[in-house]
Amino acid sequence: MSDLINKRNHYDETHPATPGEIHDYKEGIQKYTIGLVLAAILTALSFWAADSASVWAPSMPALLAALAIGQMGVHLVFFLHISSGPESTNNILALCFGVFVVALVVFGSIIIMTNLNEHMLPMDQLMNIQIQR
Amino acid sequence: MTVIHHSHANDHSVPYAKRGPAPTNVLVGYGFWLYLLSDIIMFSAMFAAYAVLSSHTAGGPKGIDLFVKGDVLLETVFLLVSSFTCGIMGLASAAKNRNHTYWAALATFVLGAGFLILELQEFSHMVHEGAGPSRSAFLSAFFALVGLHGLHVFVGLVWLVVMMLQVKTIGFSDMVQRRLNCFNLFWHALDIVWIGVFTIVYLGAK
Repeated sequence: MSDLINKRNHYDETHPATPGEIHDYKEGIQKYTIGLVLAAILTALSFWAADSASVWAPSMPALLAALAIGQMGVHLVFFLHISSGPESTNNILALCFGVFVVALVVFGSIIIMTNLNEHMLPMDQLMNIQIQR
Repeated sequence: MTVIHHSHANDHSVPYAKRGPAPTNVLVGYGFWLYLLSDIIMFSAMFAAYAVLSSHTAGGPKGIDLFVKGDVLLETVFLLVSSFTCGIMGLASAAKNRNHTYWAALATFVLGAGFLILELQEFSHMVHEGAGPSRSAFLSAFFALVGLHGLHVFVGLVWLVVMMLQVKTIGFSDMVQRRLNCFNLFWHALDIVWIGVFTIVYLGAK
């Protein structure tokens, strides 16, 4: 436990930067290059999978979503420098809340609108009711 | 004097509660991070609208007939590489290397502008074919979502030019460094939103 604290303190002293800032030029370029390569691989996989006949069609949305979320993770870690270090704690907490709200907005909208669509009368019956009035 | 020295800010023998305010660059980065998250929440509303409306084509053209995947791949590559060069610009400015900062900023600007030109070509082509934003609910949602992202890229390009003028006139002061850091975060966040756009809008087109 004390080892962990020492390690974290050491990390904090050598990286006093906020996310987005790295002072060691060469180390930084290395990190960006790794991120670029990983992101390029994930992008290529996405575009290949979308056109490929060898991917089982019903699994396509899940595969594309997994690749996209993976690439977002790569961008967060290698480009925005979100880490598990203590200097990132507040940023990660805010990020978690942001992801929560985004999920509420997107999935909430989809669930509600799908449900409304299912309960709506087909268009010809709807027109029929209006004519009868 | 823009940076106040806080003697306890990084002293780990002092508990968090007694360390006093964080350094200005940490506070500015955090504040900008909160703005970015709220911006992404705004984008999520556009994504939700697109997801709900994308099947409502009103007898008009469908996404799969309109979108050209090759162009989208090129746009994606432009934005990804510009994210990389933007990061290099951030590193060069942190190292106070003026030449590298200018070259990396120029590369970022050219790639970002290339992305915008491709997107505008796509838009004008679609409008010319009668698939403008007023054609169907699907196309309204499409132009709102992708157009909003393009607008952000445009604002980013203007911001980049302003930042380079500040580097030229003010130099690498603490204030300019913080602003460059914010620009870096902004540009990377736009690339993250673009991942959502190309996956949901273009690759998921039916």
